[in-house]
Amino acid sequence: MMFFNHFGKFLLMLRGMFTKPENHKMYWKELMHQCSELGIGSLGIVAVISVFIGAVSTVQTAYQLVSPIIPKETIAQIVRDTIILEFAPSLTCIVLAGVVGSKIASELGNMRVSEQIDALEIMGINTKAYLILPKILACLIMIPLLVILAMVLGIWGGRFAGEAANILSKETFDRGLLLEFVPYNVTFALTKAYTFAFIISGIPAYYGYNVQGGALEIGQASTRAVVTSCITILLADYALAALML
Amino acid sequence: MIEVKHIRKSFDDKVVIKDVSAVMDTGKCNLIIGSSGSGKTVLMKCIVGLFSPDAGDVLYDGQDFTHMTTQEKKDMRRQIGMLFQGSALFDSMTVEENIMFPLDMFTNDTRGEKQKRVDEVLDRVHLTDAHKKFPAEISGGMKKRVGIARAIVLNPKYLFCDEPNSGLDPQTSLVIDKLIREITVDFNITTVVNTHDMNSVMEIGDKIIYMYQGEKEWEGSNKEIIFNNNEKLNSFIFASDFLHDAKDMRMLEMRGKISDDRNMDDLLNK
Repeated sequence: MMFFNHFGKFLLMLRGMFTKPENHKMYWKELMHQCSELGIGSLGIVAVISVFIGAVSTVQTAYQLVSPIIPKETIAQIVRDTIILEFAPSLTCIVLAGVVGSKIASELGNMRVSEQIDALEIMGINTKAYLILPKILACLIMIPLLVILAMVLGIWGGRFAGEAANILSKETFDRGLLLEFVPYNVTFALTKAYTFAFIISGIPAYYGYNVQGGALEIGQASTRAVVTSCITILLADYALAALML
Repeated sequence: MIEVKHIRKSFDDKVVIKDVSAVMDTGKCNLIIGSSGSGKTVLMKCIVGLFSPDAGDVLYDGQDFTHMTTQEKKDMRRQIGMLFQGSALFDSMTVEENIMFPLDMFTNDTRGEKQKRVDEVLDRVHLTDAHKKFPAEISGGMKKRVGIARAIVLNPKYLFCDEPNSGLDPQTSLVIDKLIREITVDFNITTVVNTHDMNSVMEIGDKIIYMYQGEKEWEGSNKEIIFNNNEKLNSFIFASDFLHDAKDMRMLEMRGKISDDRNMDDLLNK
């Protein structure tokens, strides 16, 4: 029952976002600001995680492929597909659910508690459209780009670790990358990225926007937002894999 | 002029506002007073539309605000300025950007025109050296003045102030009260102030509405409040023995029975 109550309110929040902007220029400015805050601000963590996940993938795949009849190129193939299909979209988005999700929930929660949202309402501004829509749009623009970056850096990390650990040469890795490449995997990964981007921005925005109370409640809302986002990402990950693969 | 007609508001089973009707006059400071939990903030939020009343109407110069469409309410709100209890300044913006925000959002003025207007309102609230400071870098009194400047930057017809003196020292409170009074008279706007500060009541209370447990218990002016016979109101405004004695003294003084400083000293030392 509680779930349907929240889900109904969430849908109403989404519906409330779609009104004519009071000033297009200000909305554009806010969108660009959010792209910078949420997207560019997460570049560092995404880059570090991707490189290391790629590197670890190569080392661990090589550790498990002990048979001498399996060519070394297979390691690159496995690393490529694992990173494109799962690590880059899912792992990156779970990390971003923590980084971006808590930022969105606490920012909106603080604005609610300190009456800044009320101040905007009194001015005649649709706060759902001005505060939430740019955040969701910014995530829909930036997170797929971050996922593509994570793919590239993950594969590069794997390639680098392969040579550094003396597992396979760069040339062998590059040959493996091109073997039996399925472009649909990238389409699938980007579909996941868009879905997760909406989850990462929409759920924390809902929790933050509806905070009631003070500092304690902001913290609780932020935690709930991250936990709910992560669980929803995992459920959506399974659902998309079952439907699309 | 703002008319409130038979407003009722409850949260779950708790009735917070019980059938309140009142008229707030233009060009005057209309004060809503009452102890904490009496429903004055809820009443103000019903008037400005942050809460939807369960029943009753709010009329702004005859226009029924409660039954307006969302767009009509948005248009009406551009004529409303509000100072919040905690000032509600945008943390990420400087003082200047906070005040310029409504201008950016609702006007097509040039950057120069907007800057001129910002300077004007900051000058109006006697704050000329805080343009580039962030809210975290200024005092509580300055935040209130920035809040007032932001509220009046679009020349509103109605000004609402929720606890404008909360957290301020008595001297700064007087400055804020004076400012609210000046703005009300100079711009001939309808000002509604929510307070439980008795200095404000006596200083700027052209019209006072006393709320008690969600109901309007008394209505009058600051001239009338001192002679009122309402027990609940008297126990609220003259809560301490000192204030009670001061009231007696004031009444005696006004009746011409006390004329020298000696009697005043006797009373204060009682």
